[in-house]
Amino acid sequence: MISESAAWAIFFLPIASFLIIGLVVRPFFNRFSKISAYLAILAIGGSLVLSSYALKSVLGHEEAIGWAAHEWFSLGGGEAFTFSIGIYMDSLTAIMLVVATSVSLMVQIYSMGYMKDDAGYARYFAIMSLFTASMIGLVMARNIVQLFVFWELVGVCSYLLIGFWYQRPSAAAAAKKAFIVTRIGDFGLLLAILYFFFNQDTFAAAGLNSLEIPDIHQAAVMGLIGTVALAWLAGGIFAGAIGKSAQVPLHTWLPDAMEGPTPVSALIHAATMVAAGVFLVARFFPVFSPDPHAGMTAAMTLVALVGGITAFGAATIGLVMHDIKRVLAYSTISQLGFMMLALGVGAYDAAIFHLFTHAFFKALLFLGSGSVNHAAGTFDMRYMGGLRKHMPWTYVTFLLGSLSLAGFPFFAGWWSKDEILAHAFNQGGVGLVVYGLGIVAAFMTAFYIFRVVHLTFHGEFRGGVEKKIADASAGVVRDGAVVTITADEESKRGEHVHLGESPVTMVLPMALLAVAAVVAGFIANPPFDLGVIQAHWFSHNLVMAQEPLLHFEEKAAGIEVGLATVASIVALAGILLSYWIYQAKGISTDRIAGAFPGLYRLLYRKYYIDELYEGGLVNRVFYRGLAFFAAGFDSRFVDGIVNMFGWTSRNLGRAMAQAQTGQVQVYGLGLSAGIILIVAAFIVWG
Amino acid sequence: MPGLEHYLVLSGIVFCIGLYGALSKRNMITVLMSVELMFTGVTIAAVSMSRYIAPAVVLANPNDTGIILNSVLTGQAFALFIITVAAAEVAVGLAIVIAAYRIRKSVDVTELSEMRY
Amino acid sequence: MPAFEVIVWYNVAAGVVLASLMVIHLKDLFKAALFLALTFLTVVGLFILLRAEFLAVVQLLIYVGAISILVIFAVMLTRDVHEGNPFNRLRMPAMTVSSLLLATIVYAVASANWTKLPELTSGSAIHKVFGDTTANLGTVLLNDYALAIEISAVLLVSAIIGAIVLVKER
Repeated sequence: MISESAAWAIFFLPIASFLIIGLVVRPFFNRFSKISAYLAILAIGGSLVLSSYALKSVLGHEEAIGWAAHEWFSLGGGEAFTFSIGIYMDSLTAIMLVVATSVSLMVQIYSMGYMKDDAGYARYFAIMSLFTASMIGLVMARNIVQLFVFWELVGVCSYLLIGFWYQRPSAAAAAKKAFIVTRIGDFGLLLAILYFFFNQDTFAAAGLNSLEIPDIHQAAVMGLIGTVALAWLAGGIFAGAIGKSAQVPLHTWLPDAMEGPTPVSALIHAATMVAAGVFLVARFFPVFSPDPHAGMTAAMTLVALVGGITAFGAATIGLVMHDIKRVLAYSTISQLGFMMLALGVGAYDAAIFHLFTHAFFKALLFLGSGSVNHAAGTFDMRYMGGLRKHMPWTYVTFLLGSLSLAGFPFFAGWWSKDEILAHAFNQGGVGLVVYGLGIVAAFMTAFYIFRVVHLTFHGEFRGGVEKKIADASAGVVRDGAVVTITADEESKRGEHVHLGESPVTMVLPMALLAVAAVVAGFIANPPFDLGVIQAHWFSHNLVMAQEPLLHFEEKAAGIEVGLATVASIVALAGILLSYWIYQAKGISTDRIAGAFPGLYRLLYRKYYIDELYEGGLVNRVFYRGLAFFAAGFDSRFVDGIVNMFGWTSRNLGRAMAQAQTGQVQVYGLGLSAGIILIVAAFIVWG
Repeated sequence: MPGLEHYLVLSGIVFCIGLYGALSKRNMITVLMSVELMFTGVTIAAVSMSRYIAPAVVLANPNDTGIILNSVLTGQAFALFIITVAAAEVAVGLAIVIAAYRIRKSVDVTELSEMRY
Repeated sequence: MPAFEVIVWYNVAAGVVLASLMVIHLKDLFKAALFLALTFLTVVGLFILLRAEFLAVVQLLIYVGAISILVIFAVMLTRDVHEGNPFNRLRMPAMTVSSLLLATIVYAVASANWTKLPELTSGSAIHKVFGDTTANLGTVLLNDYALAIEISAVLLVSAIIGAIVLVKER
């Protein structure tokens, strides 16, 4: 059984690393900035060990470890309202801890090679440590205010890391976009927190504290909160999740977040930032589904539909992107959609299971794309190809990750994705709709990820960054647009592409993640007992942690073979189709694009959502409408009041100055009149 | 028999005549003389208070000469200090009149208005 | 005897008022100064009626003897004595304000609820106190008001020095 101080150490190790790097290494020993990487890795490694121990401790326990909350401060006199901080350690927390720390560890090891010779080396590792620590604090939070603090801290760190190369205007803009767009969702979460805050009396009457997460669970199940209020509450929490987890319609920040260093993308996409949204919904799952037997509530339907639409829409965009990281970004959005979809249909365990497996293979794919960039100098797949021969390790690991993402049978992604789809199918009703969206999305997923594999690693090498810069200078038109180069590519101008395998610090974490991407699904949730490992221990523990809140029928206990076969066939079909188009050249991509020009443009411009937000919402509504009005209000009304005060006192002073004649007798007269007035006042009112 | 009220009204009349003169005369010396009249009015009030007003201590101890002495003669002591201050005032005031006259060849108060805004 | 005191009082009071009115009224500054001296002189009578013999003497010495003479000197040193004693533009406002102030004073005096000393029956403690005010005032001044006496000494010295500095020819 893990002790509470050890659990706190999981959080404080990376915090200590952040403080030491930020306050000691960076200001005083920046010449030895390599220390910062070792420090960060050491701290995260320690956290990982402790997290694994924590996971082992909570396994088999029905309820969260009963650590008492520590009082932070309390408000009010007799009926004091207490804010506390504490750790809420159940299976969900422990699993999230393991995911966050393990992926973070891999990413940091990888970063040692990737970020080599970067000027901001120490800063990078400092913020990475803080990022991981924030995520750890978020998943461990026992109090909703505590949770919100770390929720925002995660946002801040993502801002700092996406804008890590802040000299580039595009990176600064992307960082800003990520921060602001997620803030919109956070507003919903804040409203939900305010609801709890203002209803403390109702909670207190039942002996509960409205800010404690376990108490909120209990209140939701007891029916302490009305059905309608609960639905709105769930909506608010889900709004926060939509922002953080990049669901439609707040998904636009995620693809732009590619401006950060690639390992950052890996971390954001796999274990920290976007996982926070899914975690949030899972953490407050009883609010969404107070009675597991009652079927899908309105809030759950919303979650399922948003998840399904996101999974489908993002996958369609992923089909046509040229930038390898953008394909992966839309893939992440799509997969997060799957997780939300699972939560929406009540498959709480399946969602976390998918989060778990996805973390490994998505981190792997991002690290792989970084490795590819290391060689080719660009992320544009039109200038890659044939890298299989030059970087075999990257190729193999990337291929394994792709198979896992595509849902190839018996890879990690297959287990979790099929479980989600099976749950959705069994749910019926709206579940069938989202099942349909999901299965099509799964097909497209398999297709686009193997499109990436083929374009990147197969065929002939197409020149890399050198060729792209040359094309851009020559003004070559490709796919209906002039080739333009990104800031990252611009920084490589004048360099020669040197094809070759990446250093071992980069390959090693990829290899480890590849192993996880293959076996994680089976190890975590085997359909039958494996001796030491019990069948379905992962799902069992997750569902048990919510006991007695959740009693899911074990409909999908064994993946139903029929559904699994369908899903596998769909995945295989996607892989084969992309093989036929890109490898066997069965049909030219230009011909397909030419056959549906409108559709192609729609997808290529990402459904014009960015344009809609930028031009319609920001420019028209906010800038020309709201800001214009506010500016007018400020300059006329607010400034007018201020100016009026100035004008009044100036002119009043000018008028009063006339009284100062220099005639002492006039002053004396005024003095006497004043005395008379005072005496008169005393006589009248005294 | 004239009592306290008579004296106080008289002192008020003298004070107000002085005030009227101080406010309405051009000549600096007249103004000073009017101020002296105001002082005189106040002195009369103080002395008459001393003669007629009974402090609570005195009423409580009608036979203790020491206490009566200390409390009843306060007004006269004040009058003495008022006279002292008035003397000092008139000395300085007349000196100012002489100095102002030497500089401006005039004792008109209304012309001394350098201190305006 | 009381009737005589009443007659004296009204005469003295009328003298005070008339003399001070003349100070304001007269065109000739020199005569005004003389009427000021007369005012002070009548006030001496008031003080005697109020059983303040010492103050009466002081009034006579300082006001009539010193201040009036000083004012007359000043009148004679400033040459435009014969320009008269004109009013400024504030005559009517000053009149109004003074009358109003007088009215409020009279009202206040009339409406106040004074606690008065008992009559001076001979042999009472109060009679003893007012029997020899000069000696008693001396006792009080040098006991209770010793500090004030010192301070007024400083005040007088500084007034003298100030007057000398102001008048001194440069």
